[in-house]
Amino acid sequence: MAEISSTLLYGAFIIYLFATLFFAMSLSDKKHEKAAHTQKWGKIGFITSCVGFAAQLGYFITRWIASGHAPVSNLFEFTTFFGMMMVLAFIILYAIYRTNGLGVFAMPVALLVIAYASMFPKDISPLIPALQSDWLKIHVTTAALGEGILAISFVSGLIYLIRTVDQSISSKKTMWIEIVLYTLVSVVGFIVISAAFKGLGYEASFEIMNDQNQPEKIVYEMPVIAGPANGEPLDDSFGPVFSTPSWMNGVDASIKLNTFIWSLLSGAVLYGLLRVILRKRIGAALQPKVKIKSELLDEISYRAVAIGFPIFTLGALIFAMIWAQEAWSRFWGWDPKEVWALITFLFYAAYLHFRLSRGWHGEKSAWLCVLGFWIITFNLIAVNLVLVGLHSYA
Amino acid sequence: MDNDVEVLSSMRYEGSARRSQTYNKTFVDHIWNFFSSVRVGVWLIILILVAAAIGTIFPQETFIPPNVDPATHYESEYGTLGLIYYLLGFHNLYGSWWFIILLGMLGVSLIIASLDRGIPLYKALKTQRVTRHDQFMKKQRLFSISKEAELDEIKYTLESLRYKVREENGNLFAEKGRFSRWGAYVNHVGLIIFLLGAMLRFFPGMYVDEILWVREGEKASIPGTKSDEGQYYLENKEFILEMYDKKDKKFNGALSSVNGEVAKNYQSNVTLYKTKPNHTIGEDPELVKVQDGEIRVNEPLKFDSFALYQTDFKLNEFSKMSFELEEKATGKKFGKLTVDLHDPKKKYDLSNGYKVEIEEYFPNFILNEQNQPSTINNLPDNPAFVFSMYSPKTPKGEKAFVGIQKNIEAGENQFKMSFAGIETKDLTALTVKKDHTLWIIALGGIIFMIGVTQGLYWNYRRIWIKQNQDGVWAAAHTNKNWYGLKKDLDFLVDKTGITPLVEKETDPK
Repeated sequence: MAEISSTLLYGAFIIYLFATLFFAMSLSDKKHEKAAHTQKWGKIGFITSCVGFAAQLGYFITRWIASGHAPVSNLFEFTTFFGMMMVLAFIILYAIYRTNGLGVFAMPVALLVIAYASMFPKDISPLIPALQSDWLKIHVTTAALGEGILAISFVSGLIYLIRTVDQSISSKKTMWIEIVLYTLVSVVGFIVISAAFKGLGYEASFEIMNDQNQPEKIVYEMPVIAGPANGEPLDDSFGPVFSTPSWMNGVDASIKLNTFIWSLLSGAVLYGLLRVILRKRIGAALQPKVKIKSELLDEISYRAVAIGFPIFTLGALIFAMIWAQEAWSRFWGWDPKEVWALITFLFYAAYLHFRLSRGWHGEKSAWLCVLGFWIITFNLIAVNLVLVGLHSYA
Repeated sequence: MDNDVEVLSSMRYEGSARRSQTYNKTFVDHIWNFFSSVRVGVWLIILILVAAAIGTIFPQETFIPPNVDPATHYESEYGTLGLIYYLLGFHNLYGSWWFIILLGMLGVSLIIASLDRGIPLYKALKTQRVTRHDQFMKKQRLFSISKEAELDEIKYTLESLRYKVREENGNLFAEKGRFSRWGAYVNHVGLIIFLLGAMLRFFPGMYVDEILWVREGEKASIPGTKSDEGQYYLENKEFILEMYDKKDKKFNGALSSVNGEVAKNYQSNVTLYKTKPNHTIGEDPELVKVQDGEIRVNEPLKFDSFALYQTDFKLNEFSKMSFELEEKATGKKFGKLTVDLHDPKKKYDLSNGYKVEIEEYFPNFILNEQNQPSTINNLPDNPAFVFSMYSPKTPKGEKAFVGIQKNIEAGENQFKMSFAGIETKDLTALTVKKDHTLWIIALGGIIFMIGVTQGLYWNYRRIWIKQNQDGVWAAAHTNKNWYGLKKDLDFLVDKTGITPLVEKETDPK
């Protein structure tokens, strides 16, 4: 069953890749937007996305059967599920607005999320006592669905910015668009570089003192730039260039920092290559490709927040509080994950007030959607990997 | 009609007379006006957001190890930044006075801004007219003029789209989903109730939060549960710790990659007792059994308004230690004694003239700063004794200091205490909780969710049709989801043949 499950996930990934391609085909037409060509490829892209979603749903169900619990209990499972919810959110919003351009950007972001997930240990892990509750599936799935829908508001907002920001001159705005695009490219870099070193079977070992003051061996799977805070190399492989500061004390903090640095570096190389090939800013290269009306993009990104915000609140705060009351005897404990869920809630609450009461539409609203997604990914990645707390079970 | 012209600038509050726009004289007016501002409200949200984020940079005081002094811990663990963090009080950020004040101000802002807008808006929407000023119509985002139109047909079509249509002097006003306009106020009421519920915790009698350690086989009174009807007691019959089997095929991959074992279950099997009413403290209480129960993580034991949660445990705490009195020269033994480490006796008579006295007992032995034997606390984690051993051969007694792997003698003794076994017990730690504020907080949460859904999943669409000299004017407005409104209008245009309503070029700013 576990094998069927991973085959289905792999299949879903490939199908999503094709869906992206089909959506891109729908845009490549130079003629009018409503040409039959555009409609045809858009439809094919949409159907392919739905098939991919069905395959991933199959992965989810078979893995559930194999493990005996909802497969949302570790970082691999959760991040995969988050990607799946992004696809679902895209399918819902596409069904309403029929915008092919959204697919060209939303599907790759979902793909990146799923590929990122696959870099974490994929073993089926047993549930620790705190996670043995029906609220695991209720809380985590609802929160992920809310975040998936909010992620679409980011995608739509980003397209809005690519579409409307003046690319004829270099400005702060174009710079920030490039930074966002570079971040996305870095995720690609992360996937490429981890797969490459895994393929090579690279290893470098250190001995460190763990929290119980016992010597422990840790193994890097990439050349060591950031070494452990107090570690002795056990072999004569490359590095370390510097030591990880000791205040970074998540599980395996130094390995994660090292991977992060490699992702940024490989992202920089990829980004540089793209710039050389395109001979202009990536945003400027993308601008003529997106012909969606900016009002429609603005509307989609707002609609995504309007749909996603209540679902996020229900899943990530209310269900979370009910579960915390059952498991830990208090519904709120200022754990970093809780706090960042609250920050996400407050941020989108501020967004809604800016938009509804102060009339922030269009560009300002699009920037906020980009920032909102940054907060969500920070909570997903950094809070688990860098900050310590009850949710750092990665 | 004058009112209409005024509201052109904003459709949001329908030009209703808000208190904050009307009075600006007294101190109260200024306070009111300050808190009624959405700008102030959003700033408060952002300040709370930033403060909350700062609080996650380093662990809060409640998450650092319990035995360390925060004054030195932050600096030693996180360097200068940690020291600054501590000095600024960020190590206890969420309990700091200024954070609480920010939350309080947000609460006040919620109340005042809602009252300031909600009540006038309600009045304005309730009394809105069918016929609106020409200027008002023209300034709407969607607008058109048709040469002619069949009013009955328009009315019929809009009603088929489930609009509520009113007619007056040949003009029409159609509206749908007005209740969604109250969503914002409903969710604010929910939030206010939620915050009030959270504050009620500080009133006596509403909230109990205690911790209870019980040894296996012992009974303990449950703190915070005393009332006129009596006091609850809990017996810990057994504490169970289960680990996952590393050989389990299903989890083999994950379990083999971690060091150590992964816990599967923490469980206390308990019996709950209650005293008879009016028992006096100090007396041995007469206990009446209430129920048996099993407490696991995620499965608290609930009784009355209390709940007991599995919180912590301690395995293999020393409970009894046994020794034998031994003659060093011959190795002959003269009787065995067992010391209850929680309640050691002073004297142990081994008969035939042999006896042992405990001169001093250190449950958790340590050499203190003056190099004197001392104890850290009353928990028998590292028990040590000063024994006096008496025998017919040594009637004056011999002294020895005995601890774990320690035996120090004052002189050259003939006898010694030889170690003869240890008994251990498990302890369970349970959190005792009573929270009468929960239902208020839950109510606030439910009202908030209703309000948010009402406001965001529905929208208030309005269409005005007005007969003028140059034709039939049509204008439309919605507070959100223009796409949905346009679909309604397309249908209307399709059915009635009026001129399609066109969108004005909206100001890109």
